[in-house]
Amino acid sequence: MTISRREYDFQAARRRLEAKPKSAGEKLTTIDLAAARVKDGDSLAFGGCLFSRTPLALIRALLRRRPKGLTISRNLMCYEGEWCMVAGAVDKVVTSWMAIGLPWGLSKIVREYVESGRVPMEEWSHLALGLRFRAAAMGVPFLPSLTMLGSGLVDVGGSKTIDCPYTGQKLLAVPALFPDVAMLHVHRADRFGNCQIDGYPHMDADIAKAAATVLVTTEEIVPEEEIRLHPDRTVIPGFIVDALVHVPHGSYPHECYGLYDAEPDHFSAYVDGINQRGAAGVQDYLERYVYGPATHAEYLALFGESALAEARRRGRELCS
Amino acid sequence: MSGPVNGVTPNELLAVNGARELRDNSTVFAGVGAPMMASGLAQRMHAPRLTIVIEGGIVGPKWKPGSLPISTNEMRAAYRAQMLPGITDAFLLAQRGFLDVGFIGGAQIDRYGNLNTSAIGGTYDRPKVRLPGTGGANDIISLCREVIILTVHEKRRFSETVDFITSPGWLTGGDSRRASGLLFGGVSRVVTTLGLFGFEPESRRMRLEALHPGISVDDVKANTGFEVLVSGQLTTTKPPTGEELGILRMLDPARQFL
Repeated sequence: MTISRREYDFQAARRRLEAKPKSAGEKLTTIDLAAARVKDGDSLAFGGCLFSRTPLALIRALLRRRPKGLTISRNLMCYEGEWCMVAGAVDKVVTSWMAIGLPWGLSKIVREYVESGRVPMEEWSHLALGLRFRAAAMGVPFLPSLTMLGSGLVDVGGSKTIDCPYTGQKLLAVPALFPDVAMLHVHRADRFGNCQIDGYPHMDADIAKAAATVLVTTEEIVPEEEIRLHPDRTVIPGFIVDALVHVPHGSYPHECYGLYDAEPDHFSAYVDGINQRGAAGVQDYLERYVYGPATHAEYLALFGESALAEARRRGRELCS
Repeated sequence: MSGPVNGVTPNELLAVNGARELRDNSTVFAGVGAPMMASGLAQRMHAPRLTIVIEGGIVGPKWKPGSLPISTNEMRAAYRAQMLPGITDAFLLAQRGFLDVGFIGGAQIDRYGNLNTSAIGGTYDRPKVRLPGTGGANDIISLCREVIILTVHEKRRFSETVDFITSPGWLTGGDSRRASGLLFGGVSRVVTTLGLFGFEPESRRMRLEALHPGISVDDVKANTGFEVLVSGQLTTTKPPTGEELGILRMLDPARQFL
């Protein structure tokens, strides 16, 4: 595999940012208008990690638009990657690991789509993919690292090594990854898009700075004054955010640190559908949970308020 | 081999023997399952000043007994942590040299401790079985001071060759690991359900150093797909004690990982 120049072209990425308005103004919009900023063929990076703080509401809104030809990247890709494969939305998945989680074993969807060559899976080590976003966030074409050397991942991924100009030591030159669009879910933001995240930050702040366009959903919209009282908690400044949508439970049934727990039983039911019907099981799921509900409230009603309340109770208890 | 022997399950055997490898006043990079159980046990036995780092970007968690994580990126993994630096920065602690020991496993392992968690059979792009991928395993084996492999011992895992090197052990032996650019670390131990292995200092080939009670060298040979070297000072491991098993079962009363 060779890495497309578009992924690490730091000069083109910089020119895109320089040409873009960086407004301190209002960012609030609707989820459909936010999702409409994604064009067919775009490279997307999802925030969160595995079943934690995945921007599921944004991804559902995106899939309802029946996009094509996307590249999606995320360090540990969970079932949202399977949805994109079965929906015919993606040409390539960039990740370090893809399945639902250890208790559910190998992903039958990954097996079906990757083994047949329908959707290539580009594999990087966890750190290397993190450094790809960080290099982009720093505005440089690569970062040197000691990881991945000697492994098969260097050969199949097309990454290169450099000789350190000071020590002469061979180092991996991890190429930047500048996505077209970042899709993130955060705990709170003011209406200008100044975002705060509680708990583990995953890679969201690097992804936001790496991308040309930044779409964010937030659990809570807080007054400007609350951000200004705790500016040390802000990890994404408003001027880099393009669209902000207020979506409580925006990553449910994935977890959101301190607010609600994940729903492993729901994942098991999803996997049961795949075990019975293969990719058609995912199609059934998409019809019911992605294409079916007209609003986020209708989507949440599929789970029921008592399940949501119980997830919130567990989430609070685990962080207190 | 998959059921309990003398009332001890395979995962308990791995956790107990993994824990005994850890030292006090040190740091360990651990994932969920047997590595987590081994690290939690060591902290409660001989290594109270052990700091555990989790690839979800979690430093120094104090897991709640009976509420253990199934993912390195969830609230149970971060329970009562001392710091949540983020994923990239957690791995950079390892690259800087702060992580003494890392635990990993794999679907295939060869005599040099190279591991495959990417693809089995066919070609890498069109494999017979596409596995989930490296996750943090490649980084852990590349960047920690030493790595301990914890794994069930089965012939299909202990393979003459690995189909793909996801996580580089000693590569082709000798100084090939250093020559590849991996300046630090390497696999020091392989803890299996049959015994403990080290590596010959020169050739870097895996060598049987201890058997678990009731296991013979022939048992190991019958379950290994490559030639088994045997140490001149072969010993027998101490069976898990009541105290060790008691702590493991206190941590995981539902026996989700035991």
